[in-house]
Amino acid sequence: MIKAFADWLTYNIFQLTTGTHLAEAVNFFIYDTIKILLMLSVIIFVVSVIRSFFPPEKVKKILAHKAEFIGNILASLLGIVTPFCSCSAVPVFIGFLEAGVPLGVTLSFLIASPMINEVALVLLWGLFGAKIALIYIGTGLTVAIVAGVVLGRIPAVERMVEDYVWELRMGQVETPRLSWRDRFQQATIHTQDILKRVTLYVILGIGVGAIIHGYVPIDFVATYAGRNNPFAVPLAVLIAIPLYSNAAGTIPIVQALMGKGMPLGTVLAFMMAVTAISFPEMVILRKVLKVKLLVIFATILTVAIIIVGYLFNAIM
Amino acid sequence: MEIKILGPGCRNCEKLAEEAKLAAKDAGCPADVVKVTDMKQIMSYGILGTPGLVINGKVKSYGRIPSVKEIKKWIEEEK
Repeated sequence: MIKAFADWLTYNIFQLTTGTHLAEAVNFFIYDTIKILLMLSVIIFVVSVIRSFFPPEKVKKILAHKAEFIGNILASLLGIVTPFCSCSAVPVFIGFLEAGVPLGVTLSFLIASPMINEVALVLLWGLFGAKIALIYIGTGLTVAIVAGVVLGRIPAVERMVEDYVWELRMGQVETPRLSWRDRFQQATIHTQDILKRVTLYVILGIGVGAIIHGYVPIDFVATYAGRNNPFAVPLAVLIAIPLYSNAAGTIPIVQALMGKGMPLGTVLAFMMAVTAISFPEMVILRKVLKVKLLVIFATILTVAIIIVGYLFNAIM
Repeated sequence: MEIKILGPGCRNCEKLAEEAKLAAKDAGCPADVVKVTDMKQIMSYGILGTPGLVINGKVKSYGRIPSVKEIKKWIEEEK
């Protein structure tokens, strides 16, 4: 139905000739923009309702005193459904440790949560298809679990956390009882909020993607940054770091580049770096991690993401 | 009446502070809106998700931005 509407708008209203670059780009733009905005509205709403059952105050009780591996796996999974904005990272970190959640498990949670977020997933699903979205979730979870286990095993890692963190004591707060009506109401507000924030970037991203789709030669990326270029993956990760929190704007562009020969591994590495590693996030984490641990944290995450890139370029 | 906004001072905290001021004005209730950014104090309320909203020492909401209408209702309860 959206397809028919996009065709009608492109060929009947704008009177563009079938098969031209311009017609293709316009058609692609209209179709994808409508599809993605619809998917965002529905899926963010559903995810917000699910999330209302997993506030971080509850999650910390689930994760307290969990063993390695089991704890890291659980933490990464819960990271997907637990809502918190990046400015809550510090209280979440302190509160988890105070409740007895092991450090490595807490870090698994903090890696998975921004990396596997609903906006990125909708864009992946809508533009790349369910298979790639699932691969992204799977590899994202693996990176969060492995990085958390490795970090948790560093000798005397506790001493690399700022000292004041261990001295803070938490108060108790009652978890409010929410009715279904409250949940739906909060989900509606949250959905509107996110749509307001990302719509412009989605449109810009899809617009640039449409131009690439219509005008860039088919094997453009394959020629310069294809499978045979060993620097493509690390370079993609480096470019991605300053693009933080802009999954909405970057994913459509990456999708268009994939159509021009960018291999899947490079695509995955790029998107993970966009969502998981960012300068502002590191500044926030610096409040609780000493410089040494912060550097190790960022390095392990970067290396893990680069490995994912090479691995998928080799096997797919 | 004392209204406290708990949070490190990101965009969400700013927005909540504005809404709280609006709600207090709507309710016709003079209130001081104070931003609490010190982590030690924030944690003492037991919340993890910011921003938190505290009215007369009671945590009313956290981890989300309630609507002006909700805040107004809480202010009236505490009057």
